[in-house]
Amino acid sequence: MSEAVIQVENLTKKFGDFYAVKNIDFEVERGEVFGFLGANGAGKTTVMKMLCGLITPTSGKAMVAGFNVFGQQNEIKKNIGYMSQRFSLYEDLTVIENITFYGGIYGLTNAEIKERAYRLIEMHGLGEVKNQLLASLPLGWKQKLAFSVALIHRPQIVFLDEPTGGVDPITRRQFWESIYEAAHSGITLFVTTHYMDEAEYCDRISMMVDGEIKGLGTPTELKQLHHAKNMDEVFVNLARKKEFIE
Amino acid sequence: MQVAVKIENIRKTYGDIVALKDISLRINEGEIFGIIGPDGSGKTSLFRILATLLLADSGTVSLLGLDVVKDYKALRKMLGYMPGRFSLYQDLTVEENINLFASLFGTTVAAQYDIIKDIYSQIEPFKDRRAGKLSGGMKQKLALSCVLVHKPRILLLDEPTTGVDPISRKEFWGILKRLKAWNITIVVSTPYMDEAMQCDRVALIQDGNIMSVDTPDNIVNEFPARLYAVKTSNKHTILTDLRDFEYTGSAFAFGDHIHFTDVRTEFTNDELKAYLEEKGHTDIDISETTATIEDCFIELMRKKI
Repeated sequence: MSEAVIQVENLTKKFGDFYAVKNIDFEVERGEVFGFLGANGAGKTTVMKMLCGLITPTSGKAMVAGFNVFGQQNEIKKNIGYMSQRFSLYEDLTVIENITFYGGIYGLTNAEIKERAYRLIEMHGLGEVKNQLLASLPLGWKQKLAFSVALIHRPQIVFLDEPTGGVDPITRRQFWESIYEAAHSGITLFVTTHYMDEAEYCDRISMMVDGEIKGLGTPTELKQLHHAKNMDEVFVNLARKKEFIE
Repeated sequence: MQVAVKIENIRKTYGDIVALKDISLRINEGEIFGIIGPDGSGKTSLFRILATLLLADSGTVSLLGLDVVKDYKALRKMLGYMPGRFSLYQDLTVEENINLFASLFGTTVAAQYDIIKDIYSQIEPFKDRRAGKLSGGMKQKLALSCVLVHKPRILLLDEPTTGVDPISRKEFWGILKRLKAWNITIVVSTPYMDEAMQCDRVALIQDGNIMSVDTPDNIVNEFPARLYAVKTSNKHTILTDLRDFEYTGSAFAFGDHIHFTDVRTEFTNDELKAYLEEKGHTDIDISETTATIEDCFIELMRKKI
């Protein structure tokens, strides 16, 4: 691992006079599972939106999958996948129809869609439900499908925004196994979560507080630095809020 | 101890889906009772039945001796229900929202200030701000103030901490514990297993079934096997290697360790260590550990499957 697939330098986003993100710097390497943590309102979503090419930064530099967040946003979108807790899947389409639909959106040919849909269904064990309407499926299946859809166009990076919120503890762990699998195939995973035990599953973590990155390193490094026995303690240490100073 | 909530054989279906499968439960007055389970386990259906907003297919529920169907009007005055989704008026200010809730119950903020003070005073400096413009943590505090303003005897809080960061979550539990001084019965649901430890008693719920009801300490103490935390230098392969071990009962990731049980009663660290070394692991650390609520939840789920 040595090739940076996300490079961020002095990145800033202001809304009016308010600095949502203030001069942040970090790099993410290819094939890395990168945990992006922070309290509510710390600026995580704003950073994700900038890196996904959805909003333009105020200043600074950022390259994502080889493209510039200033001006090459459409190229970025073709090279990344995105999955959030609020899945943007169609409840009245079947599993296979959802995959086909997203393949079409990304401009894949019918032959490509067919071949990739087959592989994704096999990889995520979706075979037994592939012809069922999404509305009839439990959350765990929808989550697997949402991840499959985020991978259909073979993106270099997948952004996972609280992907495991609310699912049962076994499904949550199975989901992390598919995250590792994707990482082993060379995909970079950029993950936010509120489960601190999941922070430990990441290769490296950044911790945002009030628009700035206050911690960056492997879970082991951060725990040592903060004399903490787990990531929950690190989080509390770093993010302990100045209540209601706005 | 008085029973505040009595649930008898409640069943709720939506078409072919059975959301609650003949559930029975008793919740005592003044306790913080946790309903712990993932999305889709039936938590919200149960809360809506308790809040007199949804009719069960069969079974009975009474709160404070009043029936949720027959006596719903009298009951609603005694309940404070906070739904999972933020349901205040986004374009009213903080103050307008709380005044509205107070007037709906025929009271005023001033008359009830003693009970809401601990929480409301934290958001009062922003009383002229529209609710829609508040941060997540502040919205949650306003919502709690609004359900408390009529001094309810039972609070029904459906996933108040979902999507909230760990620090705000800890703060919220602190507030709930202080509310106990008012002898309010608090029924609270959460998908975060670690929050079970904050409750007096909990019910673990999955697929519309209650798998266990007890104090969190008792649930943890009843974990049926000796549990070991295993860690090596290679966190990507340790899990699959452990699962291939001949005597593995279960192996699940917990933070930076794998929680492991052995099917035999006689277990020696050395044997597992030798096996892992053979698989190429180094820095092997195996130590006995105590189960968490999440270990117990997983164990109960596995028993069912």
